[in-house]
Amino acid sequence: MAGKVKYFYELTVSSSPHIHGPNRTWRLMLDVIIALMPALLWAVLMFGFRAFTVAGISVAGSVFFEWAYRKIMKLDNTVGDLSSVVTGLLIAFVCPVTIPYWTILVGDFFAIVVVKQLFGGIGKNFMNPALAARAFLLSWPVVMTTWVEDGSRPGIFHPVDAVTAATPLNNMHTGALPQESLLDLFLGTVGGSMGEISAVLLLAGGLYLVVRKVITLRIPLSFLGTVAVLTFLFPRGNDRVVWMLSQLLSGGLMLGAWFMATDYVTTPITGLGQILFGLGCGIITVVIRYFGSYPEGVSYAILIMNTCVVLLDQVGRPKRFGMTKKEEKQ
Amino acid sequence: MLMAVPFYGGIHPRGQKTLTRDRKIKPFPPPQVVVIPMSQHIGAPCKPLVSKGDHVNIGQKIGDGPGLCVPVHASVSGTVKAVELRPHPNGTTVLSVVIENDMQETLCPEIQRRKTIDDLTPEDLIGIIREAGIVGMGGATFPTHVKLSSGVGKVDIMIVNASECEPYITADERLLRERSDRVLAGMEIIMKILGLKEAVIGIEADKETTIREVTQELSDHPGITIQSLRPRYPQGSEKQLIQAITGRQVPPGGLPAQVGCAVFNTATCAAIADAVWDGMPLVQRVVTVSGDIAMGPRNLMVPVGTPFADMVDAVGFAENPYKVLSGGPMMGLAQFDLAVPVTKGTNAVTILGSKNRYLDEHPHCIRCGKCVSVCPMHLMPLKLYSAERRSDIEELKAQHIMDCVECGCCAYTCPGCLPLVHSIRTGKQKLRNAQPPNQ
Repeated sequence: MAGKVKYFYELTVSSSPHIHGPNRTWRLMLDVIIALMPALLWAVLMFGFRAFTVAGISVAGSVFFEWAYRKIMKLDNTVGDLSSVVTGLLIAFVCPVTIPYWTILVGDFFAIVVVKQLFGGIGKNFMNPALAARAFLLSWPVVMTTWVEDGSRPGIFHPVDAVTAATPLNNMHTGALPQESLLDLFLGTVGGSMGEISAVLLLAGGLYLVVRKVITLRIPLSFLGTVAVLTFLFPRGNDRVVWMLSQLLSGGLMLGAWFMATDYVTTPITGLGQILFGLGCGIITVVIRYFGSYPEGVSYAILIMNTCVVLLDQVGRPKRFGMTKKEEKQ
Repeated sequence: MLMAVPFYGGIHPRGQKTLTRDRKIKPFPPPQVVVIPMSQHIGAPCKPLVSKGDHVNIGQKIGDGPGLCVPVHASVSGTVKAVELRPHPNGTTVLSVVIENDMQETLCPEIQRRKTIDDLTPEDLIGIIREAGIVGMGGATFPTHVKLSSGVGKVDIMIVNASECEPYITADERLLRERSDRVLAGMEIIMKILGLKEAVIGIEADKETTIREVTQELSDHPGITIQSLRPRYPQGSEKQLIQAITGRQVPPGGLPAQVGCAVFNTATCAAIADAVWDGMPLVQRVVTVSGDIAMGPRNLMVPVGTPFADMVDAVGFAENPYKVLSGGPMMGLAQFDLAVPVTKGTNAVTILGSKNRYLDEHPHCIRCGKCVSVCPMHLMPLKLYSAERRSDIEELKAQHIMDCVECGCCAYTCPGCLPLVHSIRTGKQKLRNAQPPNQ
């Protein structure tokens, strides 16, 4: 024997694979946060610094409730995955800038504790936390539907002094084309919830997520495409193209299609399931916008489709390798 | 005739092949002691034909058995020191013949070169291949003579797997470049046995130099073509390779012969040529010793039975090894004892440092569906994971857990760092345990 044979190192034994790709939950969430930043900055530009304090308080509240619940229930700390930051941002985005701070904290609590943690935390909830919080906050309809004009800057402490105005969707709900130009809708020089107004910046954020492979185009395209087709086929007002584009660019559609309907946890995991999910969201959105008593339908459309995910994944289940669909059925 | 269809899913891990791609295969200095396991193939283990104190020569048969069995041979000349249970790279202990090398390198006198092989019938050839101890050298170690005899009359296309898709490994690529004549000669022998006029070498497109060099050789070998394939892991997985070249999908639980295909590893082809032309049994093979902390990564021609420790020490490492793998980082087996020997299926020894540690103490599935989009077997790994966690046997069956080839794409891509492959392996075992033994 050579005498120098060193057999024993502190070797780790585990199942393969022994290397891992760059994907991490916190990295994906960080990309979503980055993608939301242009729209947040736009909100600050349009509605003043209060937009920033609303978002900041919402994020802080969400992270706190996530941390506190896991702590109290003696579970592992999941703040580091940044998903509660995304939820906090999205809750702020779907509220008007004039929302009182206590209301947004109630929304944070509902989203994080009731919708997410009571079902088991990240990955276990079946409804989009931010949209469920918005639906819950509509129990205070006045604070949730007090829209201010773009460019008017409600105070950080006394928001109610701001000039209130109707949003483009309010006009369209009456069956008329909006008073704002398509360019206004596209750029976001209109009133509305603080994060939803600029279609172009939300589109840019969504495309950033596609390029970073955080999301695919399947849900946004089928969602937006369905809305486009339906509004084109059944126009109101005198110009069907303007009507269609106004519908696409106004309200929460861009925010919903790119950032809410693509939420991993509450949407299908199969390609076909995702396309059907977008289709369903589009149909329900248009039906609510046309026939509902409330002008906006995006958030309810997504929440309703959230409940169909299991079914959609059954439909979209991949074909078994080495078998045809026919053989599989037997 | 063939409809090439890229397989679904897959991943693109960093290849790390430049570490060893341009390093010629060097003979490894003969080890002091070799440990030759009696089981280096799928099937019944061999019975030892030698006992303690016997003298053996290189190429001498030292183990054989009836049934689905492939003989093993001495890889060095010397004295049998022991016949006992020794650790095997598959994690078990296996009856092994331990030979102390006398450094004389005496060849077994029965080993004779052949001047011509034209007079040999397919049955003769299959017999020679069995006696030479040849198994699938890509890692699965299926007995080659069984694959050949069961493929006669069923197979219409022969594929050589030169798609070495695991990171770090370059053993087959080097072999194909340096001994292409041997690989092609082996292919012609297989074509003769199976009665085929055509054969395809399937190779990933990023191995440009190899493709160019082999293409030049092909003019002397009618019927053999080389097809460059999408560089994507797991391109070298048998089912995915067949799909990529022929568009055919091997049915669940089935063999390639059912869709008219037979796939042979590059090294297996060369070993067949060595056995038939030179009479030389399978006693050595090319092993890539590499890894992110390997100091001098290289391709080595190593006698079967060489302990991993000898090679790991010869190559050296920059920090204390975190893991030493038999095979590559995607599907290799982590070793706890480096006394384990190189077997016929060991294509690489990979030494990894601690920065590859990735498992989370509290992994959370976020349902991103990335595992579904990369699974080349069309499975839903996250569903298998949760079914295994709940020990839901019916759901494991309904999700076709046995179709999983354990390529590791899902676990590699999972942002929640879930131990998906580990869980699927556990689930397969749970399913087996739940089924009555006669099924």
